[in-house]
Amino acid sequence: MYDAGKVILGVVLFLAILLFPVWYNLAKGQTDAEPELAEPVKGETCVAPTDYMRSNHMDLLDDWRDRVVRDGERIYVDFTGNKHEMSLSNTCLDCHADKAKFCDECHTFMAVEPYCWDCHIIPEATTAGEVTHGT
Amino acid sequence: MRALFSLFAVAVIIVVVVLAVTTDAGRLFFGTILPYAAIAIFLVGMVYRVIDWARSPVPFKITTTSGQQRSLPWIRNSNLESPRNKWGVLGRMLLEVLFFRSLFRNTKADLKDGPRLVYGDAKWLWLAGLIFHWSFLIIFIRHFKFFVEPVPGWVMMIQNLDGFFQVGLPIFYITDGLILAALTFLFLRRVLIPQMRYISLAGDYFPLFVIGGLVISGMIMRYTPLRVDITDAKLMGVGLVTLDPVLPEGLGAIFFVHLTMLTVLLLYFPFSKLTHMAGVFMSPTRNQANDNRVRRHINPWNPEVKVHTYEEWEDEFREVMKAADMPLEKDTESK
Repeated sequence: MYDAGKVILGVVLFLAILLFPVWYNLAKGQTDAEPELAEPVKGETCVAPTDYMRSNHMDLLDDWRDRVVRDGERIYVDFTGNKHEMSLSNTCLDCHADKAKFCDECHTFMAVEPYCWDCHIIPEATTAGEVTHGT
Repeated sequence: MRALFSLFAVAVIIVVVVLAVTTDAGRLFFGTILPYAAIAIFLVGMVYRVIDWARSPVPFKITTTSGQQRSLPWIRNSNLESPRNKWGVLGRMLLEVLFFRSLFRNTKADLKDGPRLVYGDAKWLWLAGLIFHWSFLIIFIRHFKFFVEPVPGWVMMIQNLDGFFQVGLPIFYITDGLILAALTFLFLRRVLIPQMRYISLAGDYFPLFVIGGLVISGMIMRYTPLRVDITDAKLMGVGLVTLDPVLPEGLGAIFFVHLTMLTVLLLYFPFSKLTHMAGVFMSPTRNQANDNRVRRHINPWNPEVKVHTYEEWEDEFREVMKAADMPLEKDTESK
């Protein structure tokens, strides 16, 4: 083999870059980490089925924001016919009271940084479900 | 026809995956067995390719140059266009690998009325190629988040830069749009320009369609309601790289289409023109310094030539020559 030193260096670099997840996980990984969502503090059903909320909640929140902010609608009729106020702080966080143990669980795991909290104030979580809202 | 053949091949793969993942065996095959096989074949295949190239001798120094060679001190040398040393080579390789410098010189020839042959710039291929490759790299790096926990800060940074404009929710990634546009250009270029269509083979279209399928299935999963629960995707990704594979229930067919497009790409890679990924580093026209006149390049396959120098010849016949009074280079007895 010609230029063996350089070729081997190149091959090692190639493998190191492609196998980054393998050695990174071995070095400092928490590979048994898995999001664990806190149970809602109250309420029987969510505004949409769990499967839908799990993967598509951002569509719903986006829709809510547009309807409230742009059209002034405030009432959402859910899939069972119940009415809810379209509000992240007042409706969602009323049941899912602890942002850190609900929203952040998956978002941190998936490296998602939603900009909800650029405007919305994070309420203080209380065990009793009493939520202190920002203004 | 060759384009249709490739399109058909990709379509068949997608249909097979969609049908297969309705069964447990199909999910196991396309979700665990095939990905592992593909990674192994890709890594071994690429390393084998590189070693094979490295074992091939380079008989001549065949640096392609486009600048002034180093000669007299008062003639300015262009070290990047005609490298005189390894720093020049390194600089030229970096420009080639990172910015496709030689493709930037691409020209076109048009036959105008007259007939008149007109040469001109053709930078669109360079631009589309550059956008495609850089987008692919950024998307590749972004995907590390599906395989590692915790996600390193630099991956987050690249991802946030990619979603800089915060358009839509989930935020639209700039590279997603760019790679789709670049792929479309690269495909249309082959189809719409008659000369390009003439020389394009199935092996030129197939990777375009596979990568197109990869990008589109990925975008469907991110931007449309067909999306899958990405925490399941990550559990599976982490499982794969920690050799502890899992197949979460929630992953839909679209996820397996995405995964299989990647798997097919990996399987196809070492056997196709896509090996230019490694080949660009191994091209003798690029990675050698243009220093023929300073350093002798010895052809490694030069045979061992049996030579008989005059010195040896004189040694052999010294006595006879001396007896005949012939002049000698070295007269051993007179000393």
